[in-house]
Amino acid sequence: MKAAVKTQLKRYSLFLAVLAADLFLLWRYPAKGALSVKSALDYLAEMLLFLPPIFVLVGLLDVWVPRQIVEKNVGPESGARGVIISILVATAAAGPLYAGFPVAAALLKKGCRLANAVIFLGTWATIKIPMLIMEIKFMGPAFALWRLVLTLPAIIGTGYLLEAILQRKEASGRSAPL
Amino acid sequence: MLFNAVLYLLAGGALLYSFCRDRQKTARALFLAGNSFLNILPGLLGILGMIGIMLALVPPEVIAALFGNDSPWGVLLISLVGAVTLLPAFVAFPLAASLVQAGAGLTAVAVFVTTLLMVGIVTAPLEISFFGKKFTFWRNGLGFALALVIGAVMGAVLQ
Repeated sequence: MKAAVKTQLKRYSLFLAVLAADLFLLWRYPAKGALSVKSALDYLAEMLLFLPPIFVLVGLLDVWVPRQIVEKNVGPESGARGVIISILVATAAAGPLYAGFPVAAALLKKGCRLANAVIFLGTWATIKIPMLIMEIKFMGPAFALWRLVLTLPAIIGTGYLLEAILQRKEASGRSAPL
Repeated sequence: MLFNAVLYLLAGGALLYSFCRDRQKTARALFLAGNSFLNILPGLLGILGMIGIMLALVPPEVIAALFGNDSPWGVLLISLVGAVTLLPAFVAFPLAASLVQAGAGLTAVAVFVTTLLMVGIVTAPLEISFFGKKFTFWRNGLGFALALVIGAVMGAVLQ
């Protein structure tokens, strides 16, 4: 019980620090404090309005997209289809990049091609669908679209380049990375 | 407003369809949705509070002077900040929007967003534990270099 309270405190530590800072500002510099609280509340209201449907969509995707089919289709011989599946699955994912590490590691263990795992991670990190929705909302459609168009080839290139780098080292007798 | 309406219609429709197909799966999806929301809540509150303080305390002129004209040093500085931390999108984009609002240039903000999402020095130990040192070094290194390219192109295209 005590441990649970402690972890909760740790998770909210940033918020508590911010709260303390805001209270200090309101006390010593009321105008700045009020502006700070107002800006934060404006952002919060906007978030609370459009986050719920995003989380519902992510939850539905998580439940309906079958993992086994994915694992069968990203192996060494999967070619372009493997790349496309890696990208599609990662765009539907939820959570920050470090939540994708164990998933990509599990895929590699099941015979996923290295390039596909890197592409999977890159997509997960930068161009997930919920993320794009947020980006359009905050940065505008032009910004989001251009970033998508430029990031996609960058991710695929990184995948193949990384595979070439790591496997050349492996072939020349150096230690295997995985 | 229209944006939100479309989002709610989409989520509502998908939920209804899912409910007709399989009630148990739908219940699980809603549970997952609630769980992920509770997971991000502490971080969300903290970061939004920090954005508020930044907007109140850092004069827009300072941000505009540092990152406004997309000077190479400003872009480099912001890319390093973005590379060290690894923030989830729900935080990264509001933060980026607040920088634009305060007068930062688009190249700088695009580089910031891309390094923020793709490169993570703070999470590198975790990545190493899963994939090894070389993998982590090269993935983050290539990501950092490409982020600078993406930012430069976006700055040129969007102005």
